[in-house]
Amino acid sequence: MRWIWIDRFTAFEPGKSATAVKCLSAAEDHFAEHFPGFPVMPAALILEGLAQTGGILVGEVNQFREKVVLAKIPFAKFHRDATAGEVLTYRADVLDLKPEGAIVKGTVTCGADPVCDAEIFFAHLDQNRGRQMFGDFNFVFSGELANLLGMAKLVASPSPDPPQLPPATP
Amino acid sequence: MTQDEVFADVKAILTESLSVDDDQVTPQARLQADLDAESIDFLDIVFRLERKFGLKIDRNELFPESIFQGDPKFVQDGVVTPGGLAELKEKMPYADLSAFEQNPKFEQIGDLFTVDLIARYVKSKVDAK
Repeated sequence: MRWIWIDRFTAFEPGKSATAVKCLSAAEDHFAEHFPGFPVMPAALILEGLAQTGGILVGEVNQFREKVVLAKIPFAKFHRDATAGEVLTYRADVLDLKPEGAIVKGTVTCGADPVCDAEIFFAHLDQNRGRQMFGDFNFVFSGELANLLGMAKLVASPSPDPPQLPPATP
Repeated sequence: MTQDEVFADVKAILTESLSVDDDQVTPQARLQADLDAESIDFLDIVFRLERKFGLKIDRNELFPESIFQGDPKFVQDGVVTPGGLAELKEKMPYADLSAFEQNPKFEQIGDLFTVDLIARYVKSKVDAK
């Protein structure tokens, strides 16, 4: 199972804000169980997508050297359900960023509709303790998240010469 | 800012950070025992105080780690040593240690952190700005 709850970044301003989208598909497993005959995206997964958007925004500030972990969600309010076929837009804005962690304000919208407002507190896992527990391996920004990080970097710094597709051949 | 104004803002911050009702946030309420604050909440509270009051609070200042982590210089057999009490007085001049000194059990050190202590600490920082 792939634990990635955003599809792509559409905007990324390092240290300030990030916007990502998530297209909801009826093929996603959670819709089958939540709930049978009434498929709505679990609120916790909506928050996960928002936390991935915000977590990458916070991690990028230190070039992903810190282990950024979701420590606390002091506030979250949900305005309406989200269901298959809809596109969610996740927006994360950094409210506060310090060596110990960061606070991000997040909003989730579907078109013009507000879906969720939340505040997310990220902690930088203590360097020493983190190394004792996990070694130098950064378990937060690893594996498949690397693809998203690559996208975040692309959106953050568009190349002056975007790669061109070769001309179509008959 | 007056002490009452500082207290009102501190109360609002604690209500938000700890998701408690505002009538629970009395001056005597203890952050851990009464308001269920956990370690990550302390970091959140420090961030919020800094933002609200425009302060810089060093990591070890409001919640001194040397004491909390049970440094053997300061804590022996579950009791805070005279050296530890001196350290507390130096690091936390805004705290009222008179009751704690009578029975300085380490496990009760968290009880020092009341809403009133936070408000007095913030007032001292605001006045020193």
